[in-house]
Amino acid sequence: MNAQVSTTTENDKQLEKTTPTPEQSDKPKTGADIFIESLKKQHVEIIFGYPGGAVLPLYDALYRNPIRHILARHEQGAIHAAEGYARVSGLPGVVIATSGPGATNLVTGITDAMMDSIPLVVFTGQVATTVVGTDAFQEADIVGITQPITKHNYQIKDVQDLPRIVKEAFHIASTGRKGPVLVDIPKDIANAVFNFDHYDENEEIYLPGYQPTLQPNFLQIKKAIALIAQAEQPVILAGAGILAADAAGELTEFIEKYNLPVTNTLLGLGSIDGEHPQFLGMAGMHGTFAANMAISECDVLINIGARFDDRLTGNLDSFAPKAKIIHIDIDPAEIGKNVDTDVPIVGDAKLALQALLSKDFDKKDTPAWEEYLTECKNQFPLWYDAEAANGEILPQQVVELVDRITKGSAIMTTDVGQHQMWAAQYYSHRKDHQWVTSGGLGTMGFGFPAAIGAQFAFPNKKVISIVGDAGFQMTLQELALLKEFNLPVKVIILNNACLGMVRQWQETFYEERYSSSMIPVQPDFVKLAEAYGVKGYHFDNIATLEADLTAAILSDEAALIDVRVKQLELVTPMVAPGQGLANMIGVTKE
Amino acid sequence: MRRVITITVINQSGVLNRVTGLLMKRQFNIESITVGHTETEGMSKMTFIVNVDEERKIEQLVKQVSKQIDVIKVNDITDKSIVMRELALIKVVAPPNLRAEINSIVDPFRGSIIDMGKNVVTYQIVGDPEKIDAFIELIKPYGIKELTRTGVTAFVRDAQLKPTTQISILK
Repeated sequence: MNAQVSTTTENDKQLEKTTPTPEQSDKPKTGADIFIESLKKQHVEIIFGYPGGAVLPLYDALYRNPIRHILARHEQGAIHAAEGYARVSGLPGVVIATSGPGATNLVTGITDAMMDSIPLVVFTGQVATTVVGTDAFQEADIVGITQPITKHNYQIKDVQDLPRIVKEAFHIASTGRKGPVLVDIPKDIANAVFNFDHYDENEEIYLPGYQPTLQPNFLQIKKAIALIAQAEQPVILAGAGILAADAAGELTEFIEKYNLPVTNTLLGLGSIDGEHPQFLGMAGMHGTFAANMAISECDVLINIGARFDDRLTGNLDSFAPKAKIIHIDIDPAEIGKNVDTDVPIVGDAKLALQALLSKDFDKKDTPAWEEYLTECKNQFPLWYDAEAANGEILPQQVVELVDRITKGSAIMTTDVGQHQMWAAQYYSHRKDHQWVTSGGLGTMGFGFPAAIGAQFAFPNKKVISIVGDAGFQMTLQELALLKEFNLPVKVIILNNACLGMVRQWQETFYEERYSSSMIPVQPDFVKLAEAYGVKGYHFDNIATLEADLTAAILSDEAALIDVRVKQLELVTPMVAPGQGLANMIGVTKE
Repeated sequence: MRRVITITVINQSGVLNRVTGLLMKRQFNIESITVGHTETEGMSKMTFIVNVDEERKIEQLVKQVSKQIDVIKVNDITDKSIVMRELALIKVVAPPNLRAEINSIVDPFRGSIIDMGKNVVTYQIVGDPEKIDAFIELIKPYGIKELTRTGVTAFVRDAQLKPTTQISILK
């Protein structure tokens, strides 16, 4: 008895010693506290995430701090929202998910961000270091799983490394060729007490293996200029690199100063005003005839920030066959990967354009070339056959109306497929950083949550999400967020009751064998919206469509708009797989 | 086309996995790998032998590996004047009556005996991979019980003379 008492007093004494004085009444700081402080240092204002066992310490620290956390209804929704946020704001999107299933649910979004070079910093919880590797409850080797789909990833093994790793993660994600970085935080690391003794807050980032080249080589710029100066049929291909470098202004200045025609990749849309007279439209598989002919006929192709993706180039053997190629890219590995390059320039698109602008040469005077391109544009514009629709709404008309109502200046997000191509083609993309689409990975279910993220970035901007009926159903649970946060996102479902692009390929290349591409049973989208407390609309009357859409889009409330469109409509024109860009089908009404 | 690639990396856990994973993703076939510490603390060097048929592919390999954050330097040293070494341990059936004969093959290769049993002798042989291949071919008829090779490690020579076309396995 006595012994026990004496032990207790001993303990009390010990406790007294460690009990902080009133001035430093805070508990000792843990990994989780340092984590939040590190986020604050990176000026993180919003996190998209979903809690779980392994991230409880992080969420507890979050509870006591002012950083806004948006609880998605699925981790995939959270990460696509973060991508949408990053795409329109240019800031890295931040995501938290728990270990195991929480982490694996992020895989699609991480890959999507990797393919489209979107800056993301993803934090996943992990089981305690003591049980890592034992197949513990909700353990997944997320560092191993995400190694090929992240720009870099980390597992924190010592709490003292936490501030450095968070700082490095943000640096890597948002510099050079941007991309997703994952940081795996075991639960015991988040709980561990941080020792400030040897901590230098202002320690510089030291990454000897990561020194992205930003400033383009002066001699290469000179070579590029010499090539452009003597070109008779030049064209610029502007990709997402322009947007990542925030160089839309420089691009416009450059093409206007030297009178150069310009085309875009799917992801580069918005880098030049879609109504600009020198703009030829998007190039590639569903590009305009003018853009694809410009690439096929040009003698100098100036690629700025595009990666010569196969959906853009078509058959490589007949890609830009007459052209000398200038390729400006921040990632040296993209240069020469698919297309042989005559003048490679590694560097940031903005700095490269500034360097090109700093040298003077004569404004291009290429009347024959301009005339040819104008003729291509005027004679073979994008087309659809409204008369053959028999009163049905055509999806292209919906996008055109959205364009008219929003004057091409709303943020637009899409999934992947037919609706994405129509949105790319018929929306006028008047400004940069307002086009959010899943390009490289082609992710269904991306568009709607991405719109949520974009709306959080710009609460006062109009955000329209054009999706298909199938893709929308992959992440529709995020409707709950529209109600919860009063987000006025307008979701327009181009509803053709089928997997449109799959069906199109089956019609074109598989003799109309519609294997598993029809969706005969669908929810009542209006009731679905109402179930989530969101206004639902169902439009199927072409006569009133403009008025209906105008009212829904201009309202300040969220809306889920189910537009019934012609089922068997095709995206035209098209470069069939394996064909060269000059070999398009569906260029005109047969 | 066999290429010799050396990669200097920061010695972090998982770095070997990053490099080999990347080669797998990009469909490169690795013939051999060696990894070890370098003169600088915290740095390791990997030597890869890969089989690549196109110039463009090898350029891609170098560029993609260079992009890894933990990778400091990547060099394709195939066309340089280099020193390449590999070590092999070979267990040969060598009953006493044949031992002298076998040793007479081993000697010119400057192999050494590192273990000896009643009927079995283990030889160690060091050299470039061709030399080891040649040795194995010669010793095969006697019966190889077990064989293990380390894979190649390589260095660029200090003086970059034109590589000699004449290769002697006895050199």
